[in-house]
Parts: sequence; structure tokens; C-alpha cells
Amino acid sequence: MTGSVDRLHNELDELTRLTPHVRRDRPTRTIIGSWFLLLISIAYFALPLVGTLLFSLRDPGFAAYRDTLKDPQLYKTLGYSFLIAIITVIVSIVLLVPTAFWVRLRLPRLRPVVEFITLLPFVIPPIVLVYGLLTTFSKPPLALTGSSLGSDVLLVCAYVVLSFPYMYRSIDAGLRVIDIRTLTEACQSLGAGWVTIMWRVILPNLRVSILSGAFLTLAVVVGEFTIANFLARPMFATYLQLISGNLAYEPAAVALISFGITWAAMGVIALLGRGRREKINVAGAH
Amino acid sequence: MTQSPEVLGARIASRSGRRRFPTNIFGIVPFVGFAILFLVLPTIYLFVGSVQTKTGQFTLDNFAHLTRPFTAAAYGASIEISLVTALVAGILGFLLAYAVIAGGLPGPLRTGIMTFSGVASNFAGVPLSLAFVFTIGRTGFITVLLKSIGFDPYSTGFTIYSKIGLELVYLYFQLPLMVLIIAPAIDGLKKEWREASENLGATSFQYWRHIALPVLLPSLLGSVILLFGNAFGAQATAFALTGGFIPLVTIVIGSQLSGDTLGDKNLGYALAIGMVAIMAVTLVAYSWLSRRAERWQR
Amino acid sequence: MSEDGGTNGMTYLALKGIQKRFAGGTVAVQDFNLEATAGEFVSFLGPSGCGKTTTLRMIAGFERPTAGRISIDGKDITDQPPNKRNVGMVFQSYALFPNMTIADNIGFGLRVRKRPSDQIKQRVGELLELVNLPDKGSRYPYQLSGGQQQRIALARALAYEPTILLLDEPLSALDAKIRVALRLEIRQIQRRLGITTVYVTHDQEEALSLSDRVVVMSEGRIEQVGTPFEIYNFPTTPFVASFVGTLSLVPGQVVDAAAGALTIGGQPIRIARKFEGARDRAVTLALRPEMVSLGTGAAGMNNVTGKVTDVSFLGSIVRIRVALGGDGAVIALDEFNEPTLELPTVDSTITINFPADGPLVLDAAAPVESVEALISEV
Repeated sequence: MTGSVDRLHNELDELTRLTPHVRRDRPTRTIIGSWFLLLISIAYFALPLVGTLLFSLRDPGFAAYRDTLKDPQLYKTLGYSFLIAIITVIVSIVLLVPTAFWVRLRLPRLRPVVEFITLLPFVIPPIVLVYGLLTTFSKPPLALTGSSLGSDVLLVCAYVVLSFPYMYRSIDAGLRVIDIRTLTEACQSLGAGWVTIMWRVILPNLRVSILSGAFLTLAVVVGEFTIANFLARPMFATYLQLISGNLAYEPAAVALISFGITWAAMGVIALLGRGRREKINVAGAH
Repeated sequence: MTQSPEVLGARIASRSGRRRFPTNIFGIVPFVGFAILFLVLPTIYLFVGSVQTKTGQFTLDNFAHLTRPFTAAAYGASIEISLVTALVAGILGFLLAYAVIAGGLPGPLRTGIMTFSGVASNFAGVPLSLAFVFTIGRTGFITVLLKSIGFDPYSTGFTIYSKIGLELVYLYFQLPLMVLIIAPAIDGLKKEWREASENLGATSFQYWRHIALPVLLPSLLGSVILLFGNAFGAQATAFALTGGFIPLVTIVIGSQLSGDTLGDKNLGYALAIGMVAIMAVTLVAYSWLSRRAERWQR
Repeated sequence: MSEDGGTNGMTYLALKGIQKRFAGGTVAVQDFNLEATAGEFVSFLGPSGCGKTTTLRMIAGFERPTAGRISIDGKDITDQPPNKRNVGMVFQSYALFPNMTIADNIGFGLRVRKRPSDQIKQRVGELLELVNLPDKGSRYPYQLSGGQQQRIALARALAYEPTILLLDEPLSALDAKIRVALRLEIRQIQRRLGITTVYVTHDQEEALSLSDRVVVMSEGRIEQVGTPFEIYNFPTTPFVASFVGTLSLVPGQVVDAAAGALTIGGQPIRIARKFEGARDRAVTLALRPEMVSLGTGAAGMNNVTGKVTDVSFLGSIVRIRVALGGDGAVIALDEFNEPTLELPTVDSTITINFPADGPLVLDAAAPVESVEALISEV
């Protein structure tokens, strides 16, 4: 028994020598368990993707992909989703950055209140939110759902609300790191006004936080179905649902494309977040 | 350094104790206004509708009617699925997160799993349900594979279009969410605590029992609560998979919106407010737990 | 037990030929040999990265030596896991368990050893008295200050009467005043209990004031082992000479090694300590500031003249820097700060003197490219 343990030790030492970046101070038992768990998890996560891939390839010669990529609706809805996402991000930044900044600088006691508000979207899930929005804004004096522009406005505002939790947290985390009080006082003593302070000092320092939050919002908006569906807007997710009812193999191809887009967005976030200790809190899927 | 009159003024005022008119508060008006308009107001509308009869009189009957078999079953199913996926994902997610962070696996794996978790936790709705159908649906490739070696999962009564199937699918975004949320807490387990406990003579089990788990408990519970809320509010995935066959609260509300009515829109409002109430309770529990968890991180 | 450590003379803690090589090839500790007697207080002193903490962790069992054996009281413990060694460790970051009260923290080691709870309670009370925090038992770590937490960490390590006490830079996270007070307390407690102790620090004042013996380390190797007196006054290597205490390094030239004759800044001096070197060889003289005095010395002392470049008031002493000549030789000398002291002015020329047996001639045996290389090495 001890012989084999010694041998295992020696092999681990050898392995340690070859892979210096690995944490090897864990007992062997734990390491084996970790690998086992990891492999099972990878299997669970990979299989559905593999299934989708296989299905999408049933039509010979990548026909599913070719047909998908030939469908103008794909690009229309994808483009529309991206556009909405970008507008959402801009509105979100314009709304949240000054607010987070002001709260930190001048209203520290109200911070719990503001944080509470940013957590409200969690209490009011998308389906309830869209229900409420439709009820509120379908009648005068706030009738918005009648027109497509009105619905677009509603859509963007709903997504901005949805983005509160992680945009605000991301921005707040970024602000925590820079000493805004001193920076602001320095700017003011040099004669700068608020706009200059925001535009030239605060925003540049928040670049990473904002970009992280932005890409996260992007991923969420592109994948979001419930609100888009009930506000009847031609978003990517509703398009996907439409074709899945009508076509056979194309939905699989589109599903993979959608997964790929989300992964690309997350990859960018990971790249941006490299070197930072704070991981941005992500929203869950629905 | 000379200070601007504004800053000086604020400092003088606060020192003398005299309350300036809080003009500062106007700074957050846009934000609060936005939140009121697009978050609070809709909720209020729903609430008002939920305590009214069709003719506009005040009543609590709508809430009483939530106990009707159909709606009660919807709440029951939603809570059951949310609870199950929250607990399963909570345990497995914690184990997976621990494995890649502190379990002796290569460092790059951690980044990989974290990135993938970020993606997977946002992957839901039609694409996700399709993916599972393609895998373990009736003609899914795993089902076919298993049949070819003699085991037909569907012969055991299993079907993906069931609560179990739905839970399996939900796990796909619940597990990664758990991994992401619990990672900071695992990072917060200081290496010295483990070393100190070993030095004092404790075994691995004793370390977990007396130190690591107690310290992690608030975070673990808080995360499970968050997962519960996440599953409870989910709509797209369930609808895409079951087409409304399994009534969940979110799906019933969805049908209400698409026109299949419960017959009574005030009941629909009550349903929605019922959801909000449950979510509010989970949020309060989560906040309390996360404040406790923060204490350990000092 | 012992009053000043190490009376019965038997080896209690022994490290033989200890080596630690990490993955990737770095050798953190090389050829480490030490024998400590029971009740002795030994310090490992050295700069960051010299291997002192790694060696300590090997004694505790958190690292396994790649070569060599460790034994306590005659028993070889090299292959024992850390939780079986019965040593007590105090960490730099205190490492108190945040979810337990102070009393539970202290009692943890006893609880793990399955002692009865009334015994634990009594022992915890004793220890709280020992570290002077008698009524803090029901508090939580975050409610205590840094110094208090460190005392609790010490109490926790001592609770189960370990064979050896290990301290890993326990005071480096604390304010200066608290550091001084706490280190005295630690030493007093150690003396009272007579427990063999290994103390890791980069602060030479701590090492010198606390220890029975000091192990000076650099780059994984032992430079010198000796009492604080020996280390300070008779450093055997250039590293020890420059790391411990302040030192003036003065370039000089050999005139006659057998007669102990050198020149520094062109001025002749005589050194009693033996050294070797051919005529005109460049060497470095190491001088402690307290050896040097103002004015012309008595017979047998070395006298040199130079220009005053700096007079610094350091509280209890005044440090005067004197430049000897064209080749950058600067000697620092310390005088006690007395009101009646007449201090020389900057740019004035003065004579200073030092004894022949005080200075150390560095690296006289091996050839040296330049004084700069020698100084940078040290």
C-alpha cells in the first residue's frame, strides 16, 4: 500500500516538475475527484451542443447553414437585436454612470437605496415586467404600444431596466477603485465643470467596467425572448422561435450561431476583465 | 490647493451642522424617475388590478382564487422545479467551482470554466430546448445511441417533455450561474485557515465541518436562493420545451398575455403580483445572507 | 525548565541537509543544517526570498523537503503530515477562524484532540490570562485589533502544549510601537513556558533582541549561525556584515597583508584581523559606525582625516559622514546625542579614529573586479 502511495507521490512530483503552474499541494484524492467532476460536467455541457451540431449537419453539405445564411430575416433580426442592444447600452450608460458617480460623491447614505432599486429587476422577472408594461402603456395618456416606434422605446426601456443589476454593479465596482472625490476636487480646482469631469476624467477610467457591462447587456439582449415576444418586436430570439416551428434543420444551425455569438461576447468580457480581481456578476438566463 | 466655492460651501455647511437644502438629491432624479416609470409604475398597475374586480371595486378575491386547482398547480410546479434545480445546481455547481478553483486542477481550466459559465448561464429559451431535444429527445442522438446498445430511456416512462426533463434543461443555465456566484466566496477561503487547522491537528473533514462550511454557508444559501429566483422567473425555456403543456406560473401569465385567458384578467394580475411577492421574499433572504457572508470576508 | 534557553544542551530540533526544490527548478533552500536545544529561541533572519519561511513551513509540514530529514526530540518527522506533528504555528496574517469566537479559536486544537469540554474551558481561560486578554473570550476576531488578534493566534498555538513553537513574521503587519511591545511579550511567554521556538523575520532588530541564536540566511543558504552578539560583532561573510546593522563599506588597497597594512583613501591603517592579498590588491573595509570616534585616537588606534559631508540627527545618536579621499570612501560614525557635544560642521576637515581589531576586510582572498561589484554583491 505504501509502495503505491510512494510511487504516486513520485509521479506527482514528476508531473509537478513538468507543469509548474498547477496547484499540486492538494491531496491526490482531491485531485482525482476534481478531474472526475470536471469531466462529467464537460460531458453534460458538451452533449447538447454536439446534438445540435449533429442535427444541423443532417442536411448534407452544410445545407442547413447555407440556407440559414441566405435568409435575409436572419440578418434583419440579428441586426435589429444588435441595434436595440447598442441603444440600450448607451441609454444605460447615460443613466447609470452619472447616477453611480453622484451617489458615491454626494449621496453616500442613499447608496443602499439605489442599490436596492437596481436589484428590483430581479424581483420582477421579464414576464411580469412585460405584463406590467403592456398594461401601463397600452392606454392613454401613456399609450406606446400602438406604434412600432413606441414599442421600440418600450423595448429599450425594458432592457435598460433589465440591465440595471449588472451595469450598475460593474460601474460601481469600477468607481470604487478610483478616488473620485479627489479627482473631482482636483478638476474643480482647475476650473472644470461637471460635463468635463464626467467626459474627460470619470468615463475614461471606467472604460473596462463599462465595456464589460456592455458586452453582457449585448449577450442578454440578443438572447432575450420573453419581452421581445410579447412586445411583438422582430428580435433575433423571436425569429429563432418562428423558424423552429416551420423548418427542420435550420433552427439547429441558428441555435449554434446564437451560442457562438454569446460566447464571442463573453470572450471579449473575459479579455477585458483579465488582471482584474472582480468578476462581474452575471445575470441568469430565462 | 484652492477649492471651488461649491466644494468649500458644502464643507462649511456640513461642519456647521446647518442643513443645506439637499439640492444634491436632484442628481439621481433621472435614474429614480426612470425606475419609477418603467419598473414601479407597471408593478403598481398590476397591483391595483389585482385587488379589483372586473367592475373596479376593491376585493381580495383574486388572491383567494389563486388557490384554485389550476393556478395552485402552476405555483406548485414552479416552486417545485425552482427548488429542485436550485438545490441540485447549488450542490453540483459548488463542487465544480471548488474543483477548478481549489481542487488541484490546472490554472487555465479555471478561466475556461468561468468563461463558459458566463456563456452557458445566458443560454436559454428556444436554442437551449432545441439542443436538448436534439440530444435526448425521442430522436435525439444520445437516445438513439442508447437504443443501439439496448437501452431505451423512453421505455422507462422518461420523457424530456416532463418536469424532470425541464429540470434537466434548467440545469444547463443554473449550474453555471452557481459556479459564477460562488467563485468569489471560494476565493475568500484563505489558504491560511486550512493550514492553521492542519497545524492544530484537524483532519480534512474537521476543517470542512468546523471552518470551511460554516464560513461558506451564508454564501451557499444566498446563492441557492438566487438560483431559486432565477428559475422561478424563467419563461422562455419552459415554453419552448413544453409549449405550455406543463403549467408554470410564468407560462400561465404568458398565455394570459397572448390571449388565452384565465377568463379574468384581474386574476392574471393577482398571479403576477403573487410572483412578485415570492421573489421579494427571496430577495430579502438573499440580502440578509449576503450581508452575513460579507462579515467573514474581512 | 530553562531561564535563558538551551541549558540542558541536548538537541531537540534537528534539521539535516534540508533542501527544497520547487517545480520549475527554483531551489528555495539548500543544504540547511541546524540543531536547536530544548527551550532555545532561534531566529531565521534574512531578506525576502531567502528561504526562511520555506524552511519554517517544512518544519510545520506544509512543504516537503526534497532532501534531508527533520527530527523533533529524536523522532524523525519528515514524512509526517502537518496535522500529526504537534507543533504550534503563528501565521503572519493571524489566520484566526472568522466564524468562531476567540474562545473557540483557542480551544480548537484541544477540541480536535477530543479533550473534555470543561478541561478545554479551563485551558482557554489560562491562555487568555497568559496573553493578557482575559475578558475577550466571547468576541469574534473581527472585533479585535491586529495586536490583539496576534496574541490570540499565539494563545491558540500554545493551547495544546506543542513541542515546538513556530512564528512566521508574526509582527510584520503591525504598527511599530505595538511591534516592540508585543515582541517582548512573546519572548517573556516563551521563557516562561520554556518552549523551543523558531522565529522567522526580516527585521534584524527583532532577531537580535529576541533570540538565543540567529540563523542568517540568503538565497536559500545559511550564511552564519551564532548568538546575536557574534552575528553583529563578528560577521563571517560580507552578506551578514551588511545585512545586520549599519555598515560603512570603504574601498582600500592592500599594502602588506602579513603585517595587516592597508590604505583607505590613500591613508595608511592597520587591521588586526587576518586577511590575504597581494600588494595593491583592491579590497573593501567594513566598519560599524559605533566603532569610529571623533578626534585623534589613543596609541594603537587608526587615525584618518577627511571632509565632513553630512551631519544627521537620528534621535539618540548623531551620524556624521566623512569623505576620506578621491575614490568615494565615506565613513559613517555615530556619536551619542549629548547637549554638550560639539558637532563638526559640514565641509570642515576632521580627524576620526577607530580600533585596529574592529573592521573587517571583505573578500580579500578572492579577486574582485571593482569595488562596485563587491558592494552590489553584498
